Amino acid sequence: MTEQEYLYWLVHIQGIGAVTIKKLYTYFESFREIWKAGEQELSASKCLRGGQIQALLSGKEKIEANRREYEKLKEQGIRFVTFLDVEYPKRLLPLYDSPAALFVKGKIPKDDMPSVAIVGARDCTEYGRDAAGFLARMLAKEGLSIISGLALGIDAAAHKGALDAAGETFAVLGCGINICYPRENYALYSTLEKEGGIFAEYPLGTKPEAGNFPQRNRIISGLADAVIIIEAKEKSGSLITADLALEQGREVFALPGRINDPLSKGCNRLIQNGAAILLDPGEVLELFGLNYKRKLTLGKISEKRLEKKENLLYSFLDSRPKHLDEIRDGCGLEVSECMEGLLRLELLGIVHGLGNQYYCRKL
Amino acid sequence: MFAKINCMYLQGLYGCPVSVEADVSDGLPGYALVGYLASEVREAEDRVRTAIRNLGLSLPPKKVTINLSPADIRKEGTGFDLAIAAAVLTAYGVFAEERVRGAVFMGELGLDGRVKGIPGVLAMAEAAGGFGFSRIFLSKENVREAAAIEGIGLVEVSDLKSMADMLTGCTPVREYIRGSENVAERDGTAYEEDFSEINGQPLLRRAAEVAVCGMHNLLLIGPAGSGKTMVARRMPTIMPALEPKECIEISKIYSVAHLLTDKEPLVKKRPFRAPHHTISPQALAGGGSRPRPGEISLATGGILFLDELPEMGRAAMETLRQPLEERKVTISRVQGSFCYPAGFQLVAAMNPCRCGYYPDLGRCRCTPSDRKRYLGRISRPLLDRIDICAEAAPVTYSEVAGIGENESSAVIRARIETARRRQRERFRGLGILCNGEMRGSHVRRFCRLGHVESCFMKEVFNELQLSARMYDRVLKVARTAADLDGKERIGIRHLSEAVSYVRVREKYWGGVL
Repeated sequence: MTEQEYLYWLVHIQGIGAVTIKKLYTYFESFREIWKAGEQELSASKCLRGGQIQALLSGKEKIEANRREYEKLKEQGIRFVTFLDVEYPKRLLPLYDSPAALFVKGKIPKDDMPSVAIVGARDCTEYGRDAAGFLARMLAKEGLSIISGLALGIDAAAHKGALDAAGETFAVLGCGINICYPRENYALYSTLEKEGGIFAEYPLGTKPEAGNFPQRNRIISGLADAVIIIEAKEKSGSLITADLALEQGREVFALPGRINDPLSKGCNRLIQNGAAILLDPGEVLELFGLNYKRKLTLGKISEKRLEKKENLLYSFLDSRPKHLDEIRDGCGLEVSECMEGLLRLELLGIVHGLGNQYYCRKL
Repeated sequence: MFAKINCMYLQGLYGCPVSVEADVSDGLPGYALVGYLASEVREAEDRVRTAIRNLGLSLPPKKVTINLSPADIRKEGTGFDLAIAAAVLTAYGVFAEERVRGAVFMGELGLDGRVKGIPGVLAMAEAAGGFGFSRIFLSKENVREAAAIEGIGLVEVSDLKSMADMLTGCTPVREYIRGSENVAERDGTAYEEDFSEINGQPLLRRAAEVAVCGMHNLLLIGPAGSGKTMVARRMPTIMPALEPKECIEISKIYSVAHLLTDKEPLVKKRPFRAPHHTISPQALAGGGSRPRPGEISLATGGILFLDELPEMGRAAMETLRQPLEERKVTISRVQGSFCYPAGFQLVAAMNPCRCGYYPDLGRCRCTPSDRKRYLGRISRPLLDRIDICAEAAPVTYSEVAGIGENESSAVIRARIETARRRQRERFRGLGILCNGEMRGSHVRRFCRLGHVESCFMKEVFNELQLSARMYDRVLKVARTAADLDGKERIGIRHLSEAVSYVRVREKYWGGVL
């Protein structure tokens, strides 16, 4: 049996995390030795608490089952990449709590290619979604890998933006790699399998429990050279990612927002505490010494193309979604006229219809 | 002596004739009531005997046998009292047989001889006319209700004494003279509410207008206090005025459910039924060992309003499915199957999430999965039967303060009546009345799009990623919008409007649930 297979067994032991595995490896210098070790040797290592030793010893008999599972990984298109392997992302190695091994579907980010993580609220606004998609698109086009967490909202928008630009994008899951969570993102999950990469630290079949996600976030920030936070409430998982990123020495960018907007509170606070303020994708590119040539053309739709009514409607909209009633009162048009004009604007790609009769400008 | 008296009995919404046979003979004195009777019918013996004694008549003690025929149908209710009394008195020879021939008796008796009203008189009077009976003896409470049926004489009897006087020949039989309750003089504008009381909410107003015009079921989504209930409550006021025939049909249901009163003998307004969300499936569809009409039948010709739809029980929600398709409901019980009409228009209202603040993310405390769970309580098949969804915006200051002129119900109703006429013309001979009832084949026949319009639709569906099953729904609603606009050809504006209503469902219930 290879070292990898022994490690595969070890990651399945409950209560033994990445840090403990590393300590054990330093002491025993081989995973095979860890498996062979008896109770006395294990306690002599001073790496484990009583419960952990018991878990390890009682888990020994499962090694056969683990081995069979390991052999089947390939059929499922899953790779088990350990820190002993060459493909293991170099960015993770120096981290104090780097995962001993990762389950991988699809590609692995290249070590010499700059990468950024884009994370933010699940329950985001249309503006946030636009911003995430736009940034991911622009950065991916310049050759940056986009890392995120396959969550709803900002994460999904970032993945999609990168895919739109035919760039590299990678997702880190907080559950077993064979589970798509949330289910709504199944289409994205299966695209990432083929065109990007998916990572998970947890054994197959691990349920997406709340406690897994902060752990997962250290891998997101670890895989990236810089982290962009888009829309975070005051207490949010994205801020955990930002903290971890700072600990790991990554650059943190935050998208500023209105002071009364609960979804911008976290970002604004980050900026106050010294995070870089993100106004333009060029600022991220500068970090990597890349030049951003294109001028920013946000919101500069040539309004001359629009008909009178559509122009009226468009000029009334902004990035905050407005209800049809408000738009109608503001423009003085009939309800059905508004609906027609807004749908046309939507087809032109400059307005978002949220579906529930709210509308806002596209970024 | 033997006597036979006619009476009517209610089977669902239809009256069927029952004859009360009485025989008075020598033997051990006493009453015997037979004919598969429920206990309240059996108790008629005591009511009848006492009421006759209190007439001041002393009948000789004899063996009295009473049979209600056909004897194999279970009989329930107190409506046989008057007929039993008439049968006994005729059998004793108090009433002359030729005077009771061809007459129907219906009413409950008090011990003092007073005649009381019973449910279902309208339906039974209609049936009695159909079976060729010439006159009905009935209580004062019921007479105005029965007067809606032409072609049968009505005799109002306040107590057994006055009936006895007429049938013994002491006083002439006086038939009731029909007056103002004639259905032709209906007055369809007698609603207490009016659309002019709603300030602002242009989208809800428009959605309600389109929904009523094409009989599309409507779902209103919005935060608490945004006027969903207010709009729904006023929807009957913009429906076309009741036709006399409709009025009788609706009144029959109310009559059977015992909801008509002496003061309001007929239903002259379009019904608005708003059952509480805790309602049971039986109360909604109709229930009881002899099923009484449920809320869906009582809403026939009008609006069934279900507020707080996600809070409603799953079973109750599912009972709506079949009636929404078939416009009637069949309830089977031990006593047989009963079919009640269920031609209602469904209007449902709900909050967008449990806390009610979504899409205001500053105030909404629900997580996306909370919202998904909340929305998931609504059954998909029910959603499939709802064409129009409209989201209400939170009310603004000017709306609360009542600034601005509002259109009245009468103006909107006039527009709807014109558009309904177009629809009637279109569907003549097809068995449907409104755009909302169109099936797939009708949609393809009546909702043809021009070249420009079909290109537009293709673009919309691709761009907005609407599922193909929404296509027919968009066309149906667009047809109604065009009818309201007075256009035979469906234009871009009509399609845009329809898309706007239909895609709300995609927003909330699209994708994986």
